[in-house]
This record gives sequence, structure tokens and C-alpha cells, in this order.
Amino acid sequence: MHFRKLCLVAMAGLMLAACEKPGSGDAGDKGASEAANPFPSTYTAYPSETILIANATVLDGIGGRIENGSVLIENGKITSVGTDLTAPEGAVTIDAAGKWVTPGIIDNHSHLGAYPSPGVDAHGDGNEISGPVTAEVWVEHSIWPQDPGFTRALAGGITSLQILPGSANLFGGRGVTLKNVPARTVQAMKFPGAPYTMKMACGENPKRVYGYGRGTTPGGAPYSRMGNVAGYRDAWIKATDYKKQLDKAKNGGGEPPKRDLELETLAGVLNGEILVHMHCYRADEMAQIMDISKEFGYKVTAFHHAVESYKIADKLAEYGACSSMWADWWGFKMEAYDGIPENIPLVHNAGACAIVHSDSDVGIQRLNQEAAKAWGDGKRIGIDVPIEIAWQWLSLNPAKSLGIDKETGSLEPGKMADVVIWSTNPFSTYAKAEKVFIDGAQMFDRDDPALQPVMDFELGHPGEGDRK
Amino acid sequence: MIRRLLLSLAALAATSVAAAQPVAIYGETVWTGTSQGTITDGVVVINNGRIVSVGPASGGVPSGATEVRAQWVTPGLISAFSRTGLSEVSGVDDSNDSVAGSSPFSAALNAADGFNPETTAIAVTRRDGFTRLAVAPNARSTLFGGQGFLADTSGLPGSVFRERVFAFVVLGERGASIAGGSRPAAWAALRGAFDDVRFFGARYMTHNDGNVLTRMDAQALMPAAKGDQLMLFQASRASDLDAIMDFKEANPSLRVAIVGADEGWMVAGRLAELDIPVIVDAFSNLPSSFSQLAATSENAKRLSEAGVTVAIVTLDNDSHLARLATQVAGNAVANGMSFDAAMEALTTAPAEIFGMTGLGVLAPGARADVVAWDGDPLEAASAPSAVYIDGDAQPLETRQTKLRDRYRTLDESERPLAYKH
Repeated sequence: MHFRKLCLVAMAGLMLAACEKPGSGDAGDKGASEAANPFPSTYTAYPSETILIANATVLDGIGGRIENGSVLIENGKITSVGTDLTAPEGAVTIDAAGKWVTPGIIDNHSHLGAYPSPGVDAHGDGNEISGPVTAEVWVEHSIWPQDPGFTRALAGGITSLQILPGSANLFGGRGVTLKNVPARTVQAMKFPGAPYTMKMACGENPKRVYGYGRGTTPGGAPYSRMGNVAGYRDAWIKATDYKKQLDKAKNGGGEPPKRDLELETLAGVLNGEILVHMHCYRADEMAQIMDISKEFGYKVTAFHHAVESYKIADKLAEYGACSSMWADWWGFKMEAYDGIPENIPLVHNAGACAIVHSDSDVGIQRLNQEAAKAWGDGKRIGIDVPIEIAWQWLSLNPAKSLGIDKETGSLEPGKMADVVIWSTNPFSTYAKAEKVFIDGAQMFDRDDPALQPVMDFELGHPGEGDRK
Repeated sequence: MIRRLLLSLAALAATSVAAAQPVAIYGETVWTGTSQGTITDGVVVINNGRIVSVGPASGGVPSGATEVRAQWVTPGLISAFSRTGLSEVSGVDDSNDSVAGSSPFSAALNAADGFNPETTAIAVTRRDGFTRLAVAPNARSTLFGGQGFLADTSGLPGSVFRERVFAFVVLGERGASIAGGSRPAAWAALRGAFDDVRFFGARYMTHNDGNVLTRMDAQALMPAAKGDQLMLFQASRASDLDAIMDFKEANPSLRVAIVGADEGWMVAGRLAELDIPVIVDAFSNLPSSFSQLAATSENAKRLSEAGVTVAIVTLDNDSHLARLATQVAGNAVANGMSFDAAMEALTTAPAEIFGMTGLGVLAPGARADVVAWDGDPLEAASAPSAVYIDGDAQPLETRQTKLRDRYRTLDESERPLAYKH
């Protein structure tokens, strides 16, 4: 709630821009050696049982729908999905008749922890607005793991999420992918092995925060969209040079260059180790960005917000970038003026990668409903996407955009048992996530207060969680 | 321009036809909002801008009636709190008339002066089943945002059907900040303003100066201070709601409603006792501020069960997405509110709060604001198939549908898409 407000305020031009998603960056384990990452994941799965979820409508996340289906979880992994599974000895069987089972939802655009609740100034850690290029910052260093928003997201079936820096900067810094498990430290939430990401931003936010900072922010370039583009290119030229020196040193050509946090991250992008997640609303700007990426030899993994993706869905499909979208946000600023509720189905229909994202501590609690709205709006114009296909907007596609689709994002044998049991069809407004499993461990139960986490901040306050 | 004129003429023509001929709107489920409850296989007959009959389809309809069939039929929904129609792009100040931080005036600001029925968000809101809006100004430099109004969503001139329906006053954390930094400052300003109104004659005749309000603002606040007009407070924390209720008890003639009320459930009994209605965003379940520490997704349910009149809205992007109140209400149901109470929160409750007689219900004699839906109106995936305002079938085309249709296929082999319109 608070973040959304912040965004709207930002949009009203009063403050900085914060409505972006973070990008993540360098490798946890991938790409860079463990030694190269000073903040390794310490996440380990919580204890789990052998569980057979039986008699449910199962959406496997890769396009399959199984009536009277079962999902078998062993040692924290999915081991079997089908219609006639029998429970191994000692297994706990959950009779899920009438219920639906899906992969856990993955939100690839959240600011939880970086803009936590309560949204007081002291908690505003999502934008390092000291300069337009801050590729050197890592959002994990801003995340407060005690943000109550994580628990509300869990109650909405979110099992993994990407936290991104805000969209004030051209280069906002590294994002990070988390398991949505309450923890004392951020390291204990970090998705093991997930590649880092990097957040970039197009359009109104960077040029407003810097050029037109109204005296409250640094001022200076960029003042314009052309200034934005010059800023990106200038940084990539430096990064290209830095990478050249790194490569040369690696090949025995002398000493490596002096360490530079900003250029290390940018070089990681050029190496393909760090995935670019870019806040961009307008179609014409996305097209410019795709050209810049070709100029410097990197790839934009996903455009975020992307409210005009429907205008260039063909080009996005050809390039191979995902669009990470709201169902229906529009009209709050000029570059969001052309938002339409059919954006997601139109992008999907063009064969491009569609993702439903939140950018909100409210929206993240019901991304299934956001998908349902887009699904319904598509259906009314003849884009009739089966629910089992549409679920890819919520789990598999975001997993791909984060480089974790080999590990999670669908109910396939060998994958992490990140699973949600819904009270009914999750495209219904009335559906509730009843049980949420992460790596096979049940981390949430709607009917059991003992399985409903309460963050430190909430203790001793009248709420102590959502529904006490 | 010419095109718009032609469209208007066409709309007028359609209006006169509709007025002359009854329309029978059949629904597999008809939610009436009256003691008739929910009718399975029902029909609503409208004619001359009014509802003629509501009953089972088996009861028959007048001969010659135009027949419309849908899964669900409901009254036109009423948005109990929005800024719809006050801005075209809310973040573009030039297009936004919801707030005036630099104005020398406050309580006297008449939000209806800023309403533009052609705002594209009006058609977008109408297309999702909302036929009436209670529109509030916002407050920035004083607690007093000004005067709210009621409008229909036809998008036509004359949409505003009642001006100066309520005085909007911001209290709580935000009010404290506006008033100078504390709740005591906010209450000093509110009490001072009431004094200005009470001693209006003496005060402004002698030195033309109030404690808090300009002469014009004091005059504008007078009806609300006397209880002739609704005073709509914005506040969230339970203690703020209690303070408002103390104020109401000290000034028994006041007519009070509260928007926000995130911690309303904690004082629900007293709200019910004092008959103070609340307008809530049922999505609010986070300690987003120190005034919302007890926010819960069960707030609407608990208030409703305590007997409080509850209207449901979305308070995020309240200019362009007021239509999402149906989804919010559906979530209130998922969190325990009864379906009927959630529907009432979008119909009869706002009608009651703002005194909109003959609206929010399907009843003989009521104004013919009727919506036909392709499914349960509180389901995220549902949408209206037809919307009537005062008996007139409304266009469901919006700027969004025009953009959609332009880009439905991306073939530019013959001509640029700009020629598609």
C-alpha cells in the first residue's frame, strides 16, 4: 500500500521515481565463483515430509491441466504428477478434492523489504538517487527481511520473488531473487544459484529525478529521453572497455583493472551473467533499448510495466524479451496513458513472453486475480487462452526471466516443491491460497495460525498479522 | 469535432427510441438490493428512464419490449469515493483538478467546477458497471479539501446531478502533517474552523478575518457544520476515529461519514451506535503507516457484522481505477463479508451515505441504472455486457478499446496503423 502510494506521489511529480522494478545482478553461484560473491545465499529448505496432494485440479505450469490429479512431494522436490499416484509408505496424504493445485506464483517485480511497511521516510531504501548511473548498488543491501509485506505475499501464494531497486536511475543497481521464506537475514532468503539481475529504467522517471529534480535531488543530466539514451550508451562504452581489460587479464595479458563496483556489474551484463530487467512503458522506447542492447552485445531479459508492449508485441517476440505487466494500471502518468486491459493477452497472443507482475505490496497478494482479469479481457476479444496456459504468466515465465526455471516455476519431477493449494479455481476472486509449500515445507496455512508468520514489527501491535 | 457531434446526435436519437420502448433485461441471477433479494431467472423491465418491474422471468414482460439477456443483472454500481473526472492524466498537474495546494481558498472549493464528463476515465469506469460517482476533492495545504459532488458516468454535459453534497476534511496522520505537524494542530484547526462558522456574523462583519478560514470558506463550511450537509472525514487509526466520534457527540447535529477507517473494526460497535457509515478499501491489510497498524483484510467483514454501513472502494489510483471496487469487494467476500453486504457496499450503502434516492436498487419506480453482466460482478474476470443510465443504453467503447482495436493485429503492410480509426 505504501509503495503504491509512493509511486503515485512520484508520478505526481512531487518526489523521485520509485515505480520500477529492480534488476538483479551477479551470480549467487552461477557465472561468478562463490568466492566472487561476498554475500552468498545461506538458504536451506525447511524440513518437509513426503506428501501426496490428491484429487485436485492440477495446473502443472507447463500447459497441462489434470482433473482428479495428484502431486507427490518427496525430499522437498516434486517427484510425480499424474492421476493415479499412490502414496508411498509414511506419506501424508492431503485430500484436495474440489481444490486446485498450482506451482507457486513468482513475482519478478517487487520492492518488498526495500520499501517496507510501514512506509516511513526511514524505510525508503529503494532508490539510490545520488546519480543516474548506480549500477554499483545491490538492492539486497537495502532489504529489511522483517517487512510484513513478505507474509502477506506468502498468503497470496508467492513462493519466489525478485526484489528490484527503484526506477529513479538509468542504471538502478542489482536486483536479487528470493525464496519467500521469513528469515533473520536477507542471505537466508536468497534463492540459491539464482543469477543476479540489474535494473534499468526508461522514460519519465530518470529524466524527472535528475534533470527536473526540483532542487531536492541532484539535478543535471539527464533532462530528456535523448539524455537517457546518451547516459546508457556512455556507461556501456565504459563497461565495454572495462570488460576488455578483464578479459585480457584473464587470458594472461597483464593485471586486471582496478576493482570498480559499477563496472563489475555492467561487465557482468555484457558477459551474460547478469540479467537486465528494464522499466519501460512506451513501445517506441523499448524499440530504442533493443537497438542499444544490440549495439553493445547484451540482452534485455524483460521489460517491466511495458504498458505499451501490445503495440510492438511482434518485435518483442522476435527479439525474445519478456514483458512484465500489470493487468490494468493506466493513466497515472503520461507514459502510462495508453495502458489497456488487454495488454497481457495481446502480448501472449503474439507469441511473446508475458508475465504478470505487481510492483506493489497490495498487488503481490493477488497476482492470480490480476492474471484472471487479463485472461477475461482477452477472452472477450477472442483470445481464449486456457487457464493452464495462462498460468505460465504467473510461474514459469517469471521463473525464466529470473534464470530459475530449471529449479522452479512448474510442477515437474525434480523441481523444487514450490506448490500452492487453492480453495477453488485460482482465477476466481473468491479463491484463497490455503496451503503454500516452499521446497516441500509447508510455510503457510490459511486455517492454522501456527502456520502464519508474524514479523517482528507486528508483534505487540493490535494486528499481529493480517487476520488475528 | 464533427464526428463527436454526430455521435451525440446518434446518442440523442437512441435515447428517444429507448424512452419510447420498454427494455426487458433478463438475468440468470438478478441481484436487486431490496427485500426481493436475489432472483434466479429474473427480469428487469425499464421504460422512460425508470424501472417498471422486477421479478421472475416467468411473470412475462410488456409486448414489444426489447429483450436483453445476461448471466447477471444488478443495479448500476455507485463509486462511493473517487477523483474520477477530475484529471485526464493524474500525474500531469496541468490536467489534474483534484487538488489546489496554492489556492487561498479551501472549504469553498467546489470540486464540481473541475469535473470534465469527457475525461476518458469516465467511460472506462462506466464500462465496468459504475453508473454513479461520489467525487471528492483532495486536500493539500489545509484540512479542508472542499465540496464533493455526485455525477453519473454518461460522459454527457449535465452529468453532475448534485453539487456540494459533502465537505471533505482530512484528519489522522495526513491531516496532522498538513496542519503543521501534529494531531493537536489538526484538531485546533478543525475546532477553530467550527468557531469561525459559528460566529460567522460577528467575526467576519467586524474584522473580516477568521481563526482558520477565509470568509468564503467559513460560509462554505456552514452547511456541514450545522449538519445540513454531510461531513466526510478521512482517517484511519482507531484513536482518530474515536476522536471524530467524540467530536460528533459534542456536536450532535453533525452528519458524519469516514473514508479510510483501516482500523475501523476496533471501534465498530461505537460506529454502529452513532450510525456513522464508513468507506473502506478492503485491500488494506498492511501496517503501511503508523495509522494502519491494525489493518486487516477482515475490516469490511467485521464492520459489516457489527452493523456499520460499509461502502467499498479502491483508494489507489482513485481517478482512473475506481472501477476496481468490484474486485476489492470480491476480496472482502473471500475474507468473510457476506456477498449481499459486499454488493450493498457498491450500491445501497453509497446511495444511503450520499442520499441518492432511487439509485443503487432494482425496484419499481427507481431510476433505470441497470447493468447486465457476463458473470458474477465481483469476479475479476467478469464484465458488463450492457449498461443503462436513466434507461439509456450506454456506449461501451472507450479510448482503451480504440487503442486495443487499432493494435489487435499489427499488420502495416498496406498503411501505418495510424490510419486505422
